Amino acid sequence: MHMPLEDTLGLNLLAANQHQAEHNREHFDAWRLLCLNVMSSPGAGKTSLLERSLAALAGAYAMAVLEGDMTTQLDAERLEAVGVPVVPITTGRSCHLDAAMVSGGLKLLRQRLDPAELDLLWVENVGNLVCPAEFEVGEHRKVALLSVTEGDDKPLKYPVMFREAHCVLITKIDLLPYLPVQLERIEAHIRQVNPHCAVIPVSATSGEGLEAWHQWLKAQVAAIAPAAPAALVSA
Amino acid sequence: MHEVDMTRCLLLSMNEWKQQHEPRIPRVSQVHLQVGSFTCVEPDQLVFTWRVAVQNTWLDGAELVIEPVPLVGRCVRCNATYSPDPEQAYRSPCCQQPMEEIVSGRELRIRSVDYAFSDHPADALPAATPA
Repeated sequence: MHMPLEDTLGLNLLAANQHQAEHNREHFDAWRLLCLNVMSSPGAGKTSLLERSLAALAGAYAMAVLEGDMTTQLDAERLEAVGVPVVPITTGRSCHLDAAMVSGGLKLLRQRLDPAELDLLWVENVGNLVCPAEFEVGEHRKVALLSVTEGDDKPLKYPVMFREAHCVLITKIDLLPYLPVQLERIEAHIRQVNPHCAVIPVSATSGEGLEAWHQWLKAQVAAIAPAAPAALVSA
Repeated sequence: MHEVDMTRCLLLSMNEWKQQHEPRIPRVSQVHLQVGSFTCVEPDQLVFTWRVAVQNTWLDGAELVIEPVPLVGRCVRCNATYSPDPEQAYRSPCCQQPMEEIVSGRELRIRSVDYAFSDHPADALPAATPA
């Protein structure tokens, strides 16, 4: 006799990824480092921003980068030139990093250095405004980039990414004089879906706004470090 | 195609659920999901990848049923709930406020599983009171 049964699970669809993400975060907390997940569409300027920020902050913080890229290691090579350890994570078909890929990147990183000596770990996600927003990797803060060349409607078209971000950087503002977009309008659209996140206009080319962005970062590092537990978590 | 990765996560959860019933193997007829409209998931894509992924597995034939959950916001000024509309920049129609509080629409939830055990004697259920 078939007995129809129903089990109520109430589980998150992405529970498997979330468990791994929480595991990653436990490591980050034990190492007392801040992990940032940097996301944007392709070409919004993640790598250029990282080049500037890594160079500017190298004196203040010990840093490393996990660099997600679908097929190449081009970005990783650009960042290594700055003198910060970079572990490339080639995602193949996948259009986002997930927590297991970041865990694999951490294993490679640990062959090169002791993460407990780091203050800041950057995860540069695959260029994509859609799915990276749904796959946590264990980060403490999500940073989304939106370049002025993408148009002011993107926060309304890809709202989940901008809703989830703790900080939105409006990039390439040195190009504003040449474009029919208004910075105020871009910012207003971000605020429509995320009224309280930090919104910082920057240009990696001119350097404008980078100081404000680095101040935000320093505040996040300071906020995370004292809360971390003292005990180290084993791998 | 992140629905492929979402399906992989879903299958991992289903395999864990199956282990709870060992040594019996539940025959699943339906898996019920709740998917909010303010997520990056396309329900049709998810159903398609599910159908492909479960072929020739213990879940072969199990149907993925998706209950869409609409995006509902709550106006921070007057507390009224509303349906945020991208054409209106998600603002509340009552007080023209930005979308601050989301009441529903972010769900990505495995709600429940409908299943049975086969007629094989080893799999027979103990006498149970019907629900």
